[in-house]
Amino acid sequence: MNANAAPKIPFSYLKNRLITFFITVIIAATIIWIIPRLSPVDPAEAMLGRMASSAGFVENADQILLDLRTQFGLNEPLWQQYLIYLKNLATFDFGVSVANFPTPVSQMIAAALPWTIGLMILSLIISFIIGNAAGAFMAWEETPKLWKVLIPAGMIFTSIPPILSGLLLMWLFASQLEWLPLSGSYGLFVTPGWNWQFIFSVVEHGILPALSIVIVTFGFWALGMRGLMTTVQGEDYVQLAKAKGLRPRYILYRYMIRNAILPQITAFALKIGLMVTGQILVERIFSYNGMGKLIYDAILNQDFAVIQGASYIIILMTAVSVLIVDLIYPFIDPRIRHEGSK
Amino acid sequence: MTVSEDKAQKLRMKRLKRFDNPWLNTKLLTGTGIILSILLLALLGRLFWNTDLVYIGSAPLNLPPLGFDNIRGDGASWAHPLGTQSSGRDMLALLIVGAPNTLIIGIIASLLGMTIGIVLGFYAGFIGGITDDFIRILSDVMITIPPLMVLIVFQTSIGEVGIVTMGLLLAGFMWQSPTRLIRAQVLSMKQSGYVRMAKLSGASSFDIMFKEMLPNLIPYLFGSFIAIVTTAIVTAVGLETLGLGPQRVPTLGKVIYEAIDSAALLRNMWWWWGIPTLSLASMFIGLLLINLGLDEVANPRLRKV
Repeated sequence: MNANAAPKIPFSYLKNRLITFFITVIIAATIIWIIPRLSPVDPAEAMLGRMASSAGFVENADQILLDLRTQFGLNEPLWQQYLIYLKNLATFDFGVSVANFPTPVSQMIAAALPWTIGLMILSLIISFIIGNAAGAFMAWEETPKLWKVLIPAGMIFTSIPPILSGLLLMWLFASQLEWLPLSGSYGLFVTPGWNWQFIFSVVEHGILPALSIVIVTFGFWALGMRGLMTTVQGEDYVQLAKAKGLRPRYILYRYMIRNAILPQITAFALKIGLMVTGQILVERIFSYNGMGKLIYDAILNQDFAVIQGASYIIILMTAVSVLIVDLIYPFIDPRIRHEGSK
Repeated sequence: MTVSEDKAQKLRMKRLKRFDNPWLNTKLLTGTGIILSILLLALLGRLFWNTDLVYIGSAPLNLPPLGFDNIRGDGASWAHPLGTQSSGRDMLALLIVGAPNTLIIGIIASLLGMTIGIVLGFYAGFIGGITDDFIRILSDVMITIPPLMVLIVFQTSIGEVGIVTMGLLLAGFMWQSPTRLIRAQVLSMKQSGYVRMAKLSGASSFDIMFKEMLPNLIPYLFGSFIAIVTTAIVTAVGLETLGLGPQRVPTLGKVIYEAIDSAALLRNMWWWWGIPTLSLASMFIGLLLINLGLDEVANPRLRKV
C-alpha cells in the first residue's frame, strides 16, 4: 500500500467494530431491562399507589390496576415484553414520566442532553489541551525546575472524582468569594434565546462545573503524555534533530509532541465512561440542567421510566463516542493500520 | 553452586540493592502512609472514641469544629472536636465509621474483580482461539458500559444494599481492565524463552500461567489493583452522593449527600461536607501516589524523570 494514500477502514474491521457496538448496546439494554424485573415491586401497583397518595382515594382501583397492567404491557409473555422494549428503545420511546405525567421521557431527555453534551465537549477540550501541555513539559528536558515541581503538584487532584473538586470550588468561588453563581445553568431573570444576557449567563454558570471537571481530568492526559514523551525522547529522529542543532523548543513542538499526542486519543476511548458519569454527578451538585439533574430528580420522585431512559441514553452516548474514536483514529494517525488492512 | 555460596551471593546482591530498591520509592511510601493512617484512624478511633455518636440525635446540633464558630455564634466543644451536623451526628464518629466502610467497598470490589480479571486474562491470552475471542469481545463490551448507570437502575428498582453487596455489585464492572491488561502482557510473554522452556519440559498450562508467568506481572497487578480500587470507590461515592448506596451504615459519600441535601453550603457549615470531602480526597491522593510509585517499579524508564 502506498504510504501516502489516505488510510481506509477495511470492511472486516468496520464490521467487527459495529458488531461489538451493537452487542454493547443490546447487553446494556438487556441489563437495565432485567434488573427491574427482578424487583418484587409491580410498576402498575406503584403507579396506583402514587395516584392514591396524591388524590387520597382512587375509585375503581381494581379496574385501574388491570388497565395499567395492560397499558404497561405486563400481561404479555416476557419474551414479547422484551422485544417490544427493544423496539421502543430503537425508536427512543421510553414511555411517559410518572412525576411529570404525561410528558414523554424522550422529550425530557432531549431538553437535558444539549446541556450535558455542551459542558462535556467544553471541559474535554480544555482539559485535553492543558493536560497534554503539562505532560509534555513534565517530560521535556529543557523545562525550568520550578515547573517540574509545580506541575506534578497540580496533578495531585487527578485522582479525585469531580464531585469533590466541584464542592471545593463551589464553596470557594460561589459561597465564600461570591464571584460566580452557586447553581443552575443560567440565571433566573434571563430569557433563554440568542441574546447576550443569556449567553453571558450560561457562560458564567458553566465556568465552575467545567473547571471542576478540568482540574481533575487534565492529569490523566498529562500522565499519558509524560509516558509517551519519555518514549519519544529516546527515538532516533529526536536525537538526529538535536544533532542537527535545531532549537529545543522547535524539537519539542515539531518532533516530540506531534508524535506523542496521537496515541492519547485512544486513551480517551477508555476513559469516556468514567468522564460522563463523573460529569453527571457534577451536574447534580451544581443543579445544572443536564442529565445529572434529570436523573437525580427522577431518583427522588421514584420516576423509573426516566431513570431507565436516561441511563440507556448515557450508555448509548458512551458507546457511540468509543465507536467514533476507534473509527477515526487511523485517519488521524497513519502509522496505525487496522487488523486486516495491508 | 552450593547452597551456602548461593546464600552469600544473595546477601551481596541485597546489600548492593539496599539503596536502590525500586519498591522503596517516595511516592509508594507516602501513598501507603496516607492509606495506613486512614485505617489507623479508623482502628484507634473505634478504641478511643464513642462510635455510637453516629446515631441521629446523639449530640447537640450544628456545632462547629474546634477553633471556629457557627452562624449562631456557638463555640466548639471538646466533646465534639470536629463538630456535629444538623441531625446531631458527631463528625469525628462519622469519619471513624464511614472512612473504612468506603475503603472496604473498594477493596472487596477490586479483590473479586482482580481475581476474575487474572483468570480471564490468562485464559484469553494463553489459550487463544474462540476463548480469546469471547473474552475479548465481552470485556470490550463491558468496559464501555458505565457502571454508575447500571447501578443507579439496580438501586432504584431493587433498593437497599449493604457494604458487601455493594462491593460485589461493583466487582461486576471492575474485571474488564485487568483482563485486557493481563491478556496483552500474556500475549507478549507467551513467546519468551522461559515459557517455551517450561512448555517443552512438560509443565501444565495451569503451572505455566500461574507459577511461571504470574510472578512477572506482580508490579502490573498491584498497579491495576490500586487503579480499580480507585474506580470502585469513585463509583460507590457517586452512588452515595445521589442518595443511593448503603443506607443503614454511614459512608463518606452519604455524609456528603446529606450535607448537600441540607444546604450545608448555604448555611456555611463547611465542616459537614468539607471533612468527608477532604478525607476522601486524601484517600484518593494516597491511592494515586501508590499507583505512581508502582508505575516506577514496573517501568524503570520513569525512575530518572
